[in-house]
Amino acid sequence: MIFKATRLTVAAALFGALPLAVMAQDFTPENPECIAPANPGGGWDFTCRQVGKSMQDEGLLSKTMQVVNLAGGGGGVAYAEVVNKRNDDNDLIVAASTATATRLAQGAYPGNTMDQVRWLASVGADYGVIAVAADSDIADLPALLEIMKTDPSAISVAGGSAVGGWDHLKVLIAANAYGIEDVRKVKYIAFDGGGEAVTQLLAGSVQAFTGDLSEAKGFVDSGDIKVLAVLAPDRLEGEFASFPTAREQGVEAIGANWRGFYAPGGMSDAAYDAWVSKIADLYASDHWKEIMATNGLAPLDLQGAEFEEFVATSVQQIQDISREIGIIK
Amino acid sequence: MDTLSSLADGFAIALTWQNLLLALLGCFLGTIMGALPGLGPSNGVAILIPLAFTLGLGATPSLILLTSVYYGAMYGGRISSILLNIPGDEPAMMTCLDGYPMAQKGMAGQALSLSGIASFVGAFFATWGLIFLAPQLVKIALLFGPAEYFALFALAFMTLGGVSSTNQAKSAFAAALGLGLAMIGVDTQTGVPRFTFGEVHLYDGLDFLVAIVGLFALSEVFIFLENRHGEADGKKEKMVIGRLTPPASMLKQTTPTMLRSTVLGFLAGVLPGAGASLGSFISYSMEKRLVDPKGKTFGKGDPRGVAAPEAGNNAAAGGALVPMLALGVPGSGTTAVLLAVLLSLNITPGPLLFSQNPDVVWGLIAALFIANFMLLAMNIPMVGLFTRVLMVPPRILMPVVAMISFVGIYGISGSSFDLLVMVGFGLLGWVLRKFDVPLVPIILGTLLGNSMENNLRRAITIDNGNWFTLVDSPLALTLWAIAIIGFILPLIIGRKVKSRMHERGDDEGSTAD
Repeated sequence: MIFKATRLTVAAALFGALPLAVMAQDFTPENPECIAPANPGGGWDFTCRQVGKSMQDEGLLSKTMQVVNLAGGGGGVAYAEVVNKRNDDNDLIVAASTATATRLAQGAYPGNTMDQVRWLASVGADYGVIAVAADSDIADLPALLEIMKTDPSAISVAGGSAVGGWDHLKVLIAANAYGIEDVRKVKYIAFDGGGEAVTQLLAGSVQAFTGDLSEAKGFVDSGDIKVLAVLAPDRLEGEFASFPTAREQGVEAIGANWRGFYAPGGMSDAAYDAWVSKIADLYASDHWKEIMATNGLAPLDLQGAEFEEFVATSVQQIQDISREIGIIK
Repeated sequence: MDTLSSLADGFAIALTWQNLLLALLGCFLGTIMGALPGLGPSNGVAILIPLAFTLGLGATPSLILLTSVYYGAMYGGRISSILLNIPGDEPAMMTCLDGYPMAQKGMAGQALSLSGIASFVGAFFATWGLIFLAPQLVKIALLFGPAEYFALFALAFMTLGGVSSTNQAKSAFAAALGLGLAMIGVDTQTGVPRFTFGEVHLYDGLDFLVAIVGLFALSEVFIFLENRHGEADGKKEKMVIGRLTPPASMLKQTTPTMLRSTVLGFLAGVLPGAGASLGSFISYSMEKRLVDPKGKTFGKGDPRGVAAPEAGNNAAAGGALVPMLALGVPGSGTTAVLLAVLLSLNITPGPLLFSQNPDVVWGLIAALFIANFMLLAMNIPMVGLFTRVLMVPPRILMPVVAMISFVGIYGISGSSFDLLVMVGFGLLGWVLRKFDVPLVPIILGTLLGNSMENNLRRAITIDNGNWFTLVDSPLALTLWAIAIIGFILPLIIGRKVKSRMHERGDDEGSTAD
């Protein structure tokens, strides 16, 4: 593990030294295709469709990007398909997010590891939030965590991912940072998606919600829920600036659900560089900034080797927490 | 009257030539997709998203096209249920129970027109419900915590007896089998994979569509193969189509059914965790309890058994739009796709949608009305065309059914593993039909089993292991009371008519062979 991390860091340093600007532009995908490793309607599907549409609007792609939904195994079916069957496809990119890293870290894609594919770039991050209903007595994050510390059974936290998934891990990261020794005592209730979890918070079935900012946004605007903390390093910009970070309340917890893409491991360097620069150009466009703003996505501008290193670090982090709470041995 | 003037504005937006053409296109494509086994409303909508994007449509025209497809597919699902005993999608499953027997009695045309009218009634009133009740209905959704959802699912299972009439033990066995199959996949409450044998394709559980197409369509093909020299061929060729429109007496008889089912279906649609399948199922089994508790006509081609699930599932389709628009929480698979479309058009559904994007909301609602009238106008004259399917000799029809099944399933998932699972279900369906085990409870078990289990465990975990939490609210108690009455009452009535029960033949499971 240590060896792998070192090797990646070295690789990252080498690649990082190359100026991005001179990267090859001579590759043009003939039939650009994006695999969304889930059914239509989810975050990965959104990433593929939105990026595909925007790339065409911006003139980065001459053809419509075909979106293929390859659901199953929380992204594992698509991952195995790419590794085993489409390893040298230059026209293919696959939507990924923190959930992909989480499952890779926990070994939930049987037989697959993160270095079997090439990580392209991120297109933004959705920071985690911890929220309570608007009429709740709990005023800030330390107050919530204090109740969880003294009487863990009093607070049920609802989230949209399965136990061990990213929504669960976020609240554990916060609990851990606050000094709750046995994070396994934290009562987490898994729902089918963030929307259902928020609904149950409004219905009063649960006391707190852990999810992504984009999921919570509509309900904050309508005054139904109160965001206790954003798990971002600094306050976000624009309309989100009023949300306090966990950090400024003395809880050293950061949790970002990044969204980005990977490509088959055997993709040629020319194609890899072309895709990286296309995504970079898209990211830099004003059009994409607007989309990020309306969807509550925060900046996360990582491409090529930098992104690869970032994913490696996040896989490592998740492995550490998962081991701590006993999800993996 | 504010609402009505907003609606008028909506019609002004929707009634342009371009939008009307899009609605017509959507209705037509949706009906076809709904009728093909394997392609349901959610896939239909997903397939057409790129079309909406490539045409460069704005928010309202895109939504008009896609919701027309959605409503169209809900209409179309019934066609193959009635004509072939193969549901076009999950909610159309219940329509098989009485629709196919009606077709066998030579009333295919009437069953199709009647179900078209029932679909219209369900969707029409549900759209009105959406207009006037959306803000209030959101509050109903908020009354349902995990404990109440569990009671609701329990209610659905307790009224299972309504599905097949002869042998309750076989229904119970089928439901148990379905529940067992639902356990496959990663358990969300612990994150542990169950019964997946390290096969990554099974991590998300079995796909209902794969199960339905296998159990219904492929087993039908197997039965045909087995009997190919026998009477099956001859019997079907003699099938008569009969008159194409239902007589006034039949409409009169089914009107109360449609209205009751609309209410039930709509409510089921509004609950994010329930959806159209539960809507059509509860509508059917409640209707049976109410008008035919002795099980004399239901399951043998009672028109009310066709009207109830169709009104119910179309009303649920309208109901499912309530939580999607007002809460941003999809009430069904299809609304999840529509939600994603809204997001990619830079519209955030949620509590503020009605005030921030009124043009989109009211344009959409107006489009629902237009699509609904179009579908009625399109479906009734096309009944004659659809019924021609029955004239196709089985030796041609069955290979086509097999082909559509394979192409349809591969088209959605792109995985050959699902094809194997489908064939497995086909064999299972064939065996179970031999034993006269009804197939519908299997699908219900698979469909509802996971949600039922998860809600039970959520409720118990939230209350720290206290089982009494399940009966802790008036709503949960009411649901349990209905469930228990629904379970016990037929036992008492059933005993009284036991002697008469012997006169009756077999139920839907055996009609095919």
